[in-house]
Amino acid sequence: MSDNTGRTIFLDGEEVPFDGGETIFQVAERHHKDIPTLCYDDRLEAFGGCRLCVVEVEGARTPVASCTTMAEAGMRIRTKSGSLEMHRRVLLEMVVSENREVDVDELSGYASQEMKTLVDRYSARTGRFAGDKSGVSRPDDPNPFILRDYENCISCYRCVRVCAEQEGDYAISIMNRGFETQITTEFGGLLKDSSCTFCGQCIQTCPTGALGDLKALRHVEVEEPIEKTRSVCTYCGVGCALDIMTKGEQVVGIQPAMDGPANEGALCVKGQFAFDFVHHPDRLKTPFIRDDHGQLVPATWDEALDKAAAGLLEAVNEHGRHSLYAIASGRAPNEAGFTMQKFVRAGLGTSYIDNCSRA
Amino acid sequence: MSNPLRDMEKPDVIFCIGTNMTECHPVAATRLKKAIANGAKMIVADPREIGLVEFADMHLPLRVGSDAALLLGMAHVIAREGLIDEAFLADRTTEAEAFLAHVKEFTPEWASNICDVPPELIEQAALLYGRADRGAIYYTLGITEHICGVDNVQSLCNLALMTGNIGREGTGINPMRGQNNIQGAGDVGAIPNNYPGFQPVTDPANQAKFEEAWGRKIDIDKGITKVRALELAGDKIRAMLIDGENTLVTDPDREHCEHALKSLDFLVVCDLFMTETAELADVVFPASGFAETDGTQTNTERRVQRLRRATPPPGEAKPDWWIVSRLAQRMGFQGFDYSEAKDVFNELCSLSPTYAGLDWDRVEHGEYQWPVPEEGHPGTPRLHEDGFINGRGIFKLIRYRDPAETVDDEYPVWLTTGRRLESYHSRTQTGRSEGIDYLLSEEVLEVHPEDVAAWGVKDGSWVEMASRRGAVTIKVKATARSPRGTVFTSFSFNDVPVNVLTGGGYDPITDTAELKVCPVRIQPHSSAQNTEAAI
Repeated sequence: MSDNTGRTIFLDGEEVPFDGGETIFQVAERHHKDIPTLCYDDRLEAFGGCRLCVVEVEGARTPVASCTTMAEAGMRIRTKSGSLEMHRRVLLEMVVSENREVDVDELSGYASQEMKTLVDRYSARTGRFAGDKSGVSRPDDPNPFILRDYENCISCYRCVRVCAEQEGDYAISIMNRGFETQITTEFGGLLKDSSCTFCGQCIQTCPTGALGDLKALRHVEVEEPIEKTRSVCTYCGVGCALDIMTKGEQVVGIQPAMDGPANEGALCVKGQFAFDFVHHPDRLKTPFIRDDHGQLVPATWDEALDKAAAGLLEAVNEHGRHSLYAIASGRAPNEAGFTMQKFVRAGLGTSYIDNCSRA
Repeated sequence: MSNPLRDMEKPDVIFCIGTNMTECHPVAATRLKKAIANGAKMIVADPREIGLVEFADMHLPLRVGSDAALLLGMAHVIAREGLIDEAFLADRTTEAEAFLAHVKEFTPEWASNICDVPPELIEQAALLYGRADRGAIYYTLGITEHICGVDNVQSLCNLALMTGNIGREGTGINPMRGQNNIQGAGDVGAIPNNYPGFQPVTDPANQAKFEEAWGRKIDIDKGITKVRALELAGDKIRAMLIDGENTLVTDPDREHCEHALKSLDFLVVCDLFMTETAELADVVFPASGFAETDGTQTNTERRVQRLRRATPPPGEAKPDWWIVSRLAQRMGFQGFDYSEAKDVFNELCSLSPTYAGLDWDRVEHGEYQWPVPEEGHPGTPRLHEDGFINGRGIFKLIRYRDPAETVDDEYPVWLTTGRRLESYHSRTQTGRSEGIDYLLSEEVLEVHPEDVAAWGVKDGSWVEMASRRGAVTIKVKATARSPRGTVFTSFSFNDVPVNVLTGGGYDPITDTAELKVCPVRIQPHSSAQNTEAAI
């Protein structure tokens, strides 16, 4: 359309349209250009810290960070070139050389493989720049949820930014500068003594596994592959979409659904960490019926269904169909509530049904 | 909610009342924080200095149970200052004239005498909300769990109607639903007054529709609420089927509740655990739960999303729909031959006008918010954009009423109850998840530090807290989060069964219990525990 005249840029020679307010990176991403990043999380303000997303803009003296440079009409951009690839590789080698390890388990967090993936993609040599390593880990923090292995920190500040921008919690911050940079809490204390709410967003955005999901990592040794099943949190009414991680039949952890319509990647401490009631030994595994001595004892489904049907029918037969009342759950799925109300309406012709919304 | 969750980032003035959102709906609260970071102003009305207050421009620390008075005072100021949306009033509402005349007598000074908020603050809050381009109201059980819960909600509707803050982006009247599928439980008709999709049972056309669908006569009368059913237990109500509710721990007036359940001839419970309620049952069925069950649930913004099975349930546990339908079949009921959750959901969609455009496959990605009246309809993220379902928004003339019980010489302290971030309800799930205890291992009673001193108790010591119905022993925590004369605790820990105390009254229309207000007496507890604490 004529309105769009001039509202295009040239990406690797191809003319493409863009919207006002878009960065070069955003336009390139829409057009499936695979520009590497480490400090980028599309939910956060672009930071421009890692410099891996550099691109060449015709007329510019040096490559620019595509995540912080706005697209402008007529720009001619190269997202890939020999010198860009060399630049990215050297940067990666510098970053990775001071990390203790690159192989981090996927259970660590949603973004935990980003560093490793790039190292593989660029065949970056992890020991090229020998020397001191920065970052002091906090094995003294006894919290059961968040690994604080800062020796693997690359100072991308995604954790600090997600805590501030996404959560509004401002629990963690940056101390010192340059090589001495350290992610820390106020006064350098434990997370529990900070304003941390243990929502787990920092571990999900960390690209190196410096921050990791301690509960999930307990299952590193289990041989089976990780499977992810998309579902919805079982606690409050916000309806956060999440991925349930399983190894075999074991639920090993939870990761937020970054495209969850209600939560857009966010979770709280309950949705993130309070999942293992699923396998708790207290779970009921068989029906129970009350025996002649008044004790609840295990029973087969047949016995239990027969006894329940007989008991409920006895009340109905003796005292009428309005003597039976059903209470549905605000925790169970729609199918549970629907079947419950149909039970009284189609079964007894009453509306003697309610749910827990009044208390 | 009238508006979608994403609208929470769009208001220029946010009015939160009776919602401890950072603890009860933390992910929703992050959206409000973003709005505030972008310049929105926030008013928080809550007796306590809850987490939201930290982000607020104004805190209105009202006395528990006085919401209607505060809201009348605000409406008075908005009317007096001419901040009403005349065009909206004329085009979209009715009874406006009577309402504007009604609020004339309710000055901020009058309201202040009841709600203990200084009149200047009431004025300022009214001006802030009244002048908003996009004013949005958020509330939770702090508004509804009162004998005047309906009055409170209607008072909020009055504010939104008089300022035209409904039916547009970043506005609305937005209840934050507390349980993952409490919205769905109502949607599917698990309520005594409506068939699925909020079709009143008292309408003969609806009766005919469902009699036809299910092949039997169905009462034209409404059923009774759970509160009434528990009152009638052992008398007219002789048997109950309870699915996934720990009634004994989460309902008010525990003694009454326990007596009610025990006086039934027969009780059947489906649950994940042998809860306190299940222990009273004649038959307990093991249900499958989160991560084990295929199904759908509907969130606070009316979004229908799929639940998926990631792992088999333990032992012989089964989905609730399976248990209930097999039980129905054993009782000789017709129409329960479902073989999977999909069958049940599709039947729901075929009978519910709000879900009519949905089916199992269409909710795959969770993009629909009801109503979805027909196939191809995009869903309705924002209600009331072009009009109200019933024609016009009706102003209701509300008057303030005292809570069922008020403080006196014998019970001089207000107790209010709620939830905490790290625990959920009766802790059947969070209490069985590793690590949660590290963050929250016991219940405490939050008491203002000056009250701690004045009442002769100590931070960390045990007190006996008694209401007109019972008493509990609880540990004191001194904190300025509680105002003077009001204490707070959650109802999550079974060793501090707070519902022994609560249950003074119910809203006459909805039968919702007044869980937010309970006068109590607090005295030091002379126990071994205190000796320990003293050492």
